[in-house]
Amino acid sequence: MTASPTVRSELLRQRSRSARLFLLPMILALAIVAGWPLLRTIYFSFTDASLTNIDAAKWVGFKNYLSWIQLKSGRTIYSGLLVDPAWWNAVWNTVRFSVISVSVEAIFGMIIALVLNAEFKGRGIVRAAILIPWAIPTIVSARMWGWMLNDQFGILNDLFMRVGLIDHPIAWTASSDTAMIAVLIVDVWKTTPFMALLILAGLQMIPGDIYEAARIDGVHPVKQFFRITLPLVKPALMVAIIFRLLDAMRIFDLIYVLTPNSAQTKTMSVLARENLIDFDKFAYGSAQSTLLFLIIALMTMLAIWIGRVKLDGGER
Amino acid sequence: MPMSIIKNTAFYALVVVIVVCAVFPFYYAIITSFRTGSAIFTIEYWPTSFSVANYVNVIAAGSFARNLLNSIIVSACVVTLSLLMAVTAAFALSRVRFRGRSLLLLTILSVSMFPQIAVLAGLFEIIRLLGLYNTLGGLIFSYMIFTLPFTVWVLTTFMRDLPVEIEEAAIVDGATPWVIVTRVFLPLMWPALATTGLLAFIAAWNEFLFALTFTSSTETRTVPVTIALFTGSSAHEVPWGIVMAASVIVTVPLVVLVLIFQRKIISGLTAGGVKG
Repeated sequence: MTASPTVRSELLRQRSRSARLFLLPMILALAIVAGWPLLRTIYFSFTDASLTNIDAAKWVGFKNYLSWIQLKSGRTIYSGLLVDPAWWNAVWNTVRFSVISVSVEAIFGMIIALVLNAEFKGRGIVRAAILIPWAIPTIVSARMWGWMLNDQFGILNDLFMRVGLIDHPIAWTASSDTAMIAVLIVDVWKTTPFMALLILAGLQMIPGDIYEAARIDGVHPVKQFFRITLPLVKPALMVAIIFRLLDAMRIFDLIYVLTPNSAQTKTMSVLARENLIDFDKFAYGSAQSTLLFLIIALMTMLAIWIGRVKLDGGER
Repeated sequence: MPMSIIKNTAFYALVVVIVVCAVFPFYYAIITSFRTGSAIFTIEYWPTSFSVANYVNVIAAGSFARNLLNSIIVSACVVTLSLLMAVTAAFALSRVRFRGRSLLLLTILSVSMFPQIAVLAGLFEIIRLLGLYNTLGGLIFSYMIFTLPFTVWVLTTFMRDLPVEIEEAAIVDGATPWVIVTRVFLPLMWPALATTGLLAFIAAWNEFLFALTFTSSTETRTVPVTIALFTGSSAHEVPWGIVMAASVIVTVPLVVLVLIFQRKIISGLTAGGVKG
């Protein structure tokens, strides 16, 4: 640079001044649509607010979370979110759903990514085909699968009976034994492509000569996968799993449409919205939303710590 | 070499299974949408009848055309607003050093991980307060929570990878940062803007929770809500033909766009994930 130090520092000052100005609209927008509503939700969880009369909300402390009264007999009766079986059922459903769906998706995603990483005729068709489930809106896939899983006219019962997997039609979405399976099937179908593409991007960063060397040394392909591919793709795989896990924890729309009345699939988001809007327990629903937020926030912090997500904004 | 023939057959069998599993549900929705009356309740694996009655019904009856328009308006506005704010923000986040930049990026990333339900109560209050309840404005307002962090994040990773030389000439000429953004970066960014915009458009098009909660009349709904709430005279009489026709209408444009831009979309998706 030929410019004198004063000109240079003046330039830098101008640059950081503009940067602040450039960031302002975005920060303001996020503060209004994300920051403020989040604070209000947390505030409502400590009040007795109701949907029809939000303004009259009064502070009640931790009553929505946990409160107790001592009876004359000496027995203590607890009430509130932390002792609500419906809430813990929803927590358990959410965790079960997230862990199973993400594990299955990781396995299928890995298989599809390995296929797409091989050279073969028709690879473009496969890649295009797996983008279709990803492109279809969740509500539409819930409806499509709801039809395919229909107990009387569903094609899946017909197919499974033809090949002898089942001997009588199953009410997939209505029966309490299979509702969660139905939700898992649809979610795996819908989100495996995303997982596969993220893993594929990781696979493509592995240099080919490593495999070349392994082949010359006569390393069995299965051993190659566990000793070379898996360790090298692990960072990409972890990021994909963490992204999907955080996403699965907040699932709402698929379950709301596919299995609306099933206690076996009611997740935290579904339960919280029910209380907030349908049951007029606005404050109680806010407390559930707040707890879900805390859980996901903890998971995110853990994820950033584990995943070592690069946040320094690069070198420039 | 019989071993390699077996291997090849097994590989292609796997490929066929993947393709069939991925495509079949959409294929089945399409063939169902062309069947009417009692034909819909006989299970067929191949298209055996062709009737556009379901499509005529879905367009003519109710407010589906209106809802489709709503979805287009909301998604287009959300994408435009997000991109406008994201371009300058991404420039500042990727090309200028300032204190608190890492923290800001971290915050933006966390907001995109937000469970939407966590802000539902607070958003409900603010949307009613602003008089935006049951309007498209309320949806555009609330959708910024997921489109804005996403567009900022992807554009930041894109701008970070551009060489520093492209700015130098402009800086030497005394160009202000605003001129640098609009004259130097913007022309280079059209591909990235198109990809990011398309992904944000799809996200807004598919959104359900806010659309369900912040609208109350059939005229202000977006298509996902309409499709979710289609019911017959009783719970057991879902008009499946009409539901499938509506589903095909809202999905075909997306599938076509995704297939046209598939390379761009894949790189855009992975930019948010792997590099992030």
